[in-house]
Amino acid sequence: METEAQTEIHSAADIVTARQRGRTLALQLGFNGAEVTLIAAAISEVARNIVDHAKKGEIVMSSVMSSATSNSGSGRRGIQIIARDEGPGIPDVAQAMQYGYSTRRGLGVGLPGAKWLMDEFDIDSRLGRGTTVTMKKWLPYK
Amino acid sequence: MQVPILKQGGYLIASIQSVLSDADLLQLRDSLGDRVGEFRSRGVIIDVTVLDVIDSFATRMLRAIAHMLKLRGAETVIVGIQPDVAFAMVQLGLTLEGVGTALDLEEGLAYLDTKTKRIPADGN
Repeated sequence: METEAQTEIHSAADIVTARQRGRTLALQLGFNGAEVTLIAAAISEVARNIVDHAKKGEIVMSSVMSSATSNSGSGRRGIQIIARDEGPGIPDVAQAMQYGYSTRRGLGVGLPGAKWLMDEFDIDSRLGRGTTVTMKKWLPYK
Repeated sequence: MQVPILKQGGYLIASIQSVLSDADLLQLRDSLGDRVGEFRSRGVIIDVTVLDVIDSFATRMLRAIAHMLKLRGAETVIVGIQPDVAFAMVQLGLTLEGVGTALDLEEGLAYLDTKTKRIPADGN
């Protein structure tokens, strides 16, 4: 079973590729149709963020197990999505995470929207160095 | 992949066949703008049944298309948004405010019939 998928993001067409790979991996991990759609939508938003602001970057998706420090409890399986770019970085992360805030022509829902769709969301951005978004969604308890 | 646009009486039906890239959506906007003039269409149905995700960009484009066509004198109705897709849109806080939506093609046609009903100028 393939448990990791990496997608280079260079153009808007790659957003579709990343989303489809995420969908495939999420299905393999056991997420149901509705959850898979939420994950695909979150991938779409973070991938679009790379295209719009950094031009290029990559998205790495993998299967993950929660640790004891996780607020979701330990030993849960899930999917982890890392979106990484070496773009200009985000000057004010708190502002960028505000719903409806957009520096460009967007709706300003991309990053905050992705956060709502996932269980865990972390953003690390350095000016002139780039941005890394790490997000996770856990499988429901059986 | 280009979206085929069919003429059905006074309406146009754009039936999305596969997952769309941003470029496809931009092209759909441009061709619908032209066709509405060419065929003097009063209503447009955009069938999104096959879309697995409607993200912020797609939402913005669908809204832009509907508002642009309205300025050209045509009503737009989006049909076929799947339940999972609708749920993800709600979670993302995306709305299609000011844009007509209907369950499927049949309901979409009924919606346009109501919206574009002409009242004869001479009262007959």
